Amino acid sequence: MSMNEREPVTKPSVSQVGASAPSSATSAPATSSTNPALLLENVSCWYGGFRAVREVSLAIPRNKVTALIGPSGCGKSTLLRSINRMNDLVPGFRMEGEIAFEGTSVHSRATDVIDLRRRVGMVFQKPNPFPKSIFENVAFGLRLLGETTGIDALVEESLRAAALWDEVKDKLDQPGLSLSGGQQQRLCIARALAIRPEVILMDEPCSALDPKSTLQIEELMRKLIRDYTIVIVTHNMQQAARASDYTVFLTMGDDRAGYVVEQGETGKIFTAPQQQLTADYVSGRFG
Amino acid sequence: MNSQTTTRRKVANALFGLLAFLAIFASLITLVALLIDVVVRGGSSVDLQFFTSAPSRIPAKAGILPALVGTLWVTTLVAIMTFPIGVAAAIYLEEYAGRGRWSRLLRINISNLAGVPSIVYGIFGLALFVRLLGLGRTVFAAALTLSLLILPVVIISSMEAIRAVPPSQREAAYALGATRWQMVRRALLPAAAPGILTGIVLAVGRAVGETAPLILIGAVTFVTFVPVNPFEDKYTVLPIQIFNWAGRPQAAFQEISAAAILVLLVLMFLLNLVAIILRARLSRTIQW
Repeated sequence: MSMNEREPVTKPSVSQVGASAPSSATSAPATSSTNPALLLENVSCWYGGFRAVREVSLAIPRNKVTALIGPSGCGKSTLLRSINRMNDLVPGFRMEGEIAFEGTSVHSRATDVIDLRRRVGMVFQKPNPFPKSIFENVAFGLRLLGETTGIDALVEESLRAAALWDEVKDKLDQPGLSLSGGQQQRLCIARALAIRPEVILMDEPCSALDPKSTLQIEELMRKLIRDYTIVIVTHNMQQAARASDYTVFLTMGDDRAGYVVEQGETGKIFTAPQQQLTADYVSGRFG
Repeated sequence: MNSQTTTRRKVANALFGLLAFLAIFASLITLVALLIDVVVRGGSSVDLQFFTSAPSRIPAKAGILPALVGTLWVTTLVAIMTFPIGVAAAIYLEEYAGRGRWSRLLRINISNLAGVPSIVYGIFGLALFVRLLGLGRTVFAAALTLSLLILPVVIISSMEAIRAVPPSQREAAYALGATRWQMVRRALLPAAAPGILTGIVLAVGRAVGETAPLILIGAVTFVTFVPVNPFEDKYTVLPIQIFNWAGRPQAAFQEISAAAILVLLVLMFLLNLVAIILRARLSRTIQW
């Protein structure tokens, strides 16, 4: 690996992300704490009789990266997947409490789950491109919406925003699965960006990637928060420290249900944690 | 380690290898013997006249044209009818029905249906299509009966192909705001297509070779004209033509019977080839 690739993550250069800003992304970061994009109140999750998450309350600030960290099985992914209601697909799943997205409960009658998932995009642990061309992968969400015009431009814009354009611009008709792991994950990010979500949920997006690809994705996240709100679940504490603005530390109670121990600005969580559990975890003594 | 046990383990290993080889050899030799026998007895009878003539009392003038056309008619209609119904049923069971008692009952019954002897389908087809619905002894009635026969096989193989698509593909589509139908149409079916098509072609191959149910529902053994209207005309198919000729005492009929078997085998081989090619072409871009 060259020295260049080892350089620390640069702060967002605004030039890369084009004019794809959704309207909601224009509010100033200063107001983000008072007007969060997502608000979780007393959220508990069950799989059948097993409680996986206990009474979690969180505010996810707009245009920031919020990292959910904690040991395996503490309910980070469950919590993340409750936000865009992907857990609806899991038989026996049940949620109590409230998740409000832009002030409206994701479970309210006014919320259409299809529309919710369009506005709250998701990137998964293992890259999961469709067995289609690179172009069609990015265009997939647009075709779902029935878009017929401007697809070419949006595909290019999304691939540029995902920092993949230069690598694939000459082979858009090649299968998405022919790309490397890191490229596939950026393709999945481009696919999520193409339908202009407001929030992007990332479920351990780098756990299957090599260090170089991991840094590329982290760098990308720093750029994307100009236009998007990002929530990332990660096992990698260095990643949370490098790439996030806010960190939420969860762990499991004796009943194996995950709960929030501490949340706050990433710098404070890692350098001056208030709870002994947090201090033990971020210093690597536990988990 | 004891060198004696090492020797024994090696001998056991070699013995099993030999046994496994003999097993494959047994089925291979049967196939080769069958092919040689058919080619020797019937090969010389396969000429252009054989394909363009109708059956005749004179073996030298007899041909398989009506039977071949009948088989092609039945095969095409069966494929057209089983494809949409079989795939839709498989999609329902895999993606819509859930995992409750009702869907389990359906699954078990479909598996049972796949094991029902074909003659039973023949009796059913005779009662329902030929008599009750008054379709008579027509290509259409035959195609309906054979469709019922292979539908469970098509459903089961399609379900397997659908189940083989990784859950992450469904999640990817749902996470982009796909409805269930959009997920099925744009993510699931394209990914499952190679497996589904292979299953259908192989099942249709089974229908091509079926004889028993068609005897029951009235395929005629001596047809001298080519069926044109599948809802009206009498018909016969290759296996029944073979059955008819093979039952005659004259040696000359035995020869053209072997010739017809040769044609049927080539037809089956071509169908299987289509399945292999389809699979290879469609799955070229799919490797999870």
